Amino acid sequence: MQFMLLFSRQGKLRLQKWYVPLSDKERKKISRDLVQTILARKPKMCSFLEWRDLKIVYKRYASLYFCCAVEDQDNELITLEIIHRYVELLDKYFGSVCELDIIFNFEKAYFILDEFLLGGEAQETSKKNVLKAIEQADLLQEVHSVLLQFSAL
Amino acid sequence: MSPSVPLQEMIRAIRSARTQCEERGVIQRECAAIRAQFRQADNGGRSHNLAKLLYVHMLGYPAHFGQMECVRMIASPRYSEKRVGYLGAMMLLDEKQDASLLITNSIKNDLSNSNQYIQSLALCTLACMGSAEMCRDLAPEIDRLLRASNSYIKKKAALCAVHIVRKVHDLGELFTKAARSLLTEKNHGVVHGAVVLITELCERNSETLERFRKTVPDLVQIMKGLVISGYSPDHDVAGISDPFLQVRILRLLRILGRNNEGASDAMNDLLAQVATNTDSTKTVGNAVLYETVLTVLDIKSESGLRVLAVNILGRFLLNNDRNIRYIAMTSLQKIVGTDHNAVQRHRGTIVDCLKDQDASVKRRALDLSLALVSASNIRSMMKELLSFLSSCPPELRSQTASGIFNAAERYAPSQRWHIDTILHVLTTAGGDVRDETVPNLIQLITNTSELHCYTVHKLYRALLSDISQLKVWAPCFFFKLKNVLSAFKPCTYMSVVQVTEDDVLDVLETVLQSHMSFPSTRGFALTATMKLSTRITENVDRIRSIVSIYGSCIDVELQQRAVEYNALFKKYDHMSLFCSAAICIWMHLNNVQSAGLSPPLCGVSQVCDLLDLLGGSEQPLQPSPALGSTAPPMPVSTANTVGGDLLDLLGGLEPTPITPGLTFRYIHTKNYRNRKRLTVYEKDGVTVTLSCEKQSDSGLTVTLTASNSTESDIRGFTLQAAVPKSVQLHMKAPSGDSLPARGAAKVTQMVVLNNPNKVA
Repeated sequence: MQFMLLFSRQGKLRLQKWYVPLSDKERKKISRDLVQTILARKPKMCSFLEWRDLKIVYKRYASLYFCCAVEDQDNELITLEIIHRYVELLDKYFGSVCELDIIFNFEKAYFILDEFLLGGEAQETSKKNVLKAIEQADLLQEVHSVLLQFSAL
Repeated sequence: MSPSVPLQEMIRAIRSARTQCEERGVIQRECAAIRAQFRQADNGGRSHNLAKLLYVHMLGYPAHFGQMECVRMIASPRYSEKRVGYLGAMMLLDEKQDASLLITNSIKNDLSNSNQYIQSLALCTLACMGSAEMCRDLAPEIDRLLRASNSYIKKKAALCAVHIVRKVHDLGELFTKAARSLLTEKNHGVVHGAVVLITELCERNSETLERFRKTVPDLVQIMKGLVISGYSPDHDVAGISDPFLQVRILRLLRILGRNNEGASDAMNDLLAQVATNTDSTKTVGNAVLYETVLTVLDIKSESGLRVLAVNILGRFLLNNDRNIRYIAMTSLQKIVGTDHNAVQRHRGTIVDCLKDQDASVKRRALDLSLALVSASNIRSMMKELLSFLSSCPPELRSQTASGIFNAAERYAPSQRWHIDTILHVLTTAGGDVRDETVPNLIQLITNTSELHCYTVHKLYRALLSDISQLKVWAPCFFFKLKNVLSAFKPCTYMSVVQVTEDDVLDVLETVLQSHMSFPSTRGFALTATMKLSTRITENVDRIRSIVSIYGSCIDVELQQRAVEYNALFKKYDHMSLFCSAAICIWMHLNNVQSAGLSPPLCGVSQVCDLLDLLGGSEQPLQPSPALGSTAPPMPVSTANTVGGDLLDLLGGLEPTPITPGLTFRYIHTKNYRNRKRLTVYEKDGVTVTLSCEKQSDSGLTVTLTASNSTESDIRGFTLQAAVPKSVQLHMKAPSGDSLPARGAAKVTQMVVLNNPNKVA
């Protein structure tokens, strides 16, 4: 995977994960153009499109668009499954996730993504294991911050 | 994990801003606060501040002052700070920034940390934005982790190794052994990582590929386990056990089995099993089937299996889900060259997809349909394609038109059908036809001479009915106009419609005046009107009035033409036939030249055109010398000068490349090769002949001889000549300036011409 973008129906970016080295300016330009292109598509249209020289796979969940750019040899259908798996993970974590959860807890959305995908590829194929790992990491963070408070006293 | 309150408060504040300006204000204040906080000593809120900054960055505001803070946070011992620090590094830093090198050391330390979650942070960051130098530095560490750690870390290390190999290809050697051993692990995540790593290694290096062929049986074993095994709650997705891993294994098998009989044989059974057993009601199942089909078609599979694969694709084509149809057509496109017949069986479904609503599906269907056109199905396919053309989205139009032209050219069952098809395309989508195809069309129409009148009739009718698609086929029409009048009367194919000269002129006038015409179209219309003047006998005045209107047109090209034509009318009435022939040739060659066709070819056809225009006789042309007129700057006259012609005729005996240009007229006929002495002017008893002698490679001496066969003397007789700019002319003194009556004596004049640039 080259990058993953989450954006709202108004075109506001909610999450952007880049796995290829691009400058800030280039990233902004690509995001802007791609978001425009996808928002212009009608609801029943194909989830795949060829844009510039990339293969784009996108799917809309409620008010959020999940969009991935994959390489030529990648299987588009399994990419749809990857997107779906990520949504399921978010849903399990936040409990019936909605866009606001992702806005106010964006850093957690990133942490979950980083437990599921690494370097653009899926690292853990079991939902349960991903959620377990995040739980543990969160616990570690809690413990550390509690310790911090104690040491400050 | 408890939410970061300061962060959420800021987000709320930003979202409540009602205007862009207000939002900017809030953000500026926040950024100032964050900057101040960064400069302060260590306090408990560092991670909150950085998180705030990252949010601001995501909104699109500059956040580069946070880069150093990220570096500092990564080095912090606290997990919460590390976590946000690494996130910041992945968001704000990319390998092109210098600051990214500073975190290499931190990453190195964290990779050996006792806590696996800290290790995982480091691995994640390295895999996301590790530069080549960082990768080189840390590769040994990754290798160590691949061998001796728990499965949580191993799976991450494997994917990190993938990134390293992508950045620095040589380091692939380092990971080969470890990758091999990882395949035997139980943990799906680790196996998945290992498969991805092996795929990457094999794609980069063919030796490694050879070595890994031995793993095919192991991979087949793992796959079988996944496919046959019972329900495994951990990895199940809609009844398929670990589809992600299955797809990756299939992809690796594809690479290993390519061009290798042994490996392909070993996986045959497995592929057949997967293809038949996988449930295809959900997307997941179809994803696995898709990968299987791709693998079957790419390796040296046996024919039964191939047929099975193509049938699966055929089933996909009938699926209700648009996505599935799209990928089916993409795959069929890949094999249409090799398994043409198999794909032909599904032609009906593919052609139906042309009517789909989705533009991506339509595009795929179009590509595939064009590839499937053959001599046997040309008529039915063309019907479908033409109906598609009338309803297709604008971005596909030119592609469709070109495709139709190509197909028609290759498989046209008859000339008439071919022309019909072309005309149909032009009427439906003339504006979208690519410019390069136009000369081919003109050539085609020129060659089918027996259908000229039919073609012209149809074009005329179409032009009458719809002026909007003028751009392309105006040239076709107008070039054939010289046949118009003769064509309009007898015609076997169409009902005789008496078209008068007035009607034709009406049409041309409409074209000229229509605001939808392009300037080039108007130019063609003007030329056509001019050419008509040689054919039309009654309405010459009307033509003149039409043409002279454009003498004051804004467009320079049109104005120039109009003025030239006007001049032609005024001065060379008797030469009109010749002039239009000259123009005809020049225009044709001009356009043809710009379209890249070879001039000599056209030279020959022009001869025929020309002779035909003049009544088909082998008479010498009567170029009007510039007698009694000086050479005006107007290019028209130069063509009709003695000097110019001579150079053409004798200086350029071999067919030379024709340079298009307004100042140049080239008449090249075979007739003149052999004549040394020719009569160039014969009127009212005055005869002028010229004879030439080639002095040198670029010099020519012309002798003009004038004689008078009338009853009276002619006094004050002068000869003048004009030549193209690249030619030098030197007229010697004439022998006299009066021509005595009845050819008693002749006046001669020598003209020396020099053509240093060898202009033809």
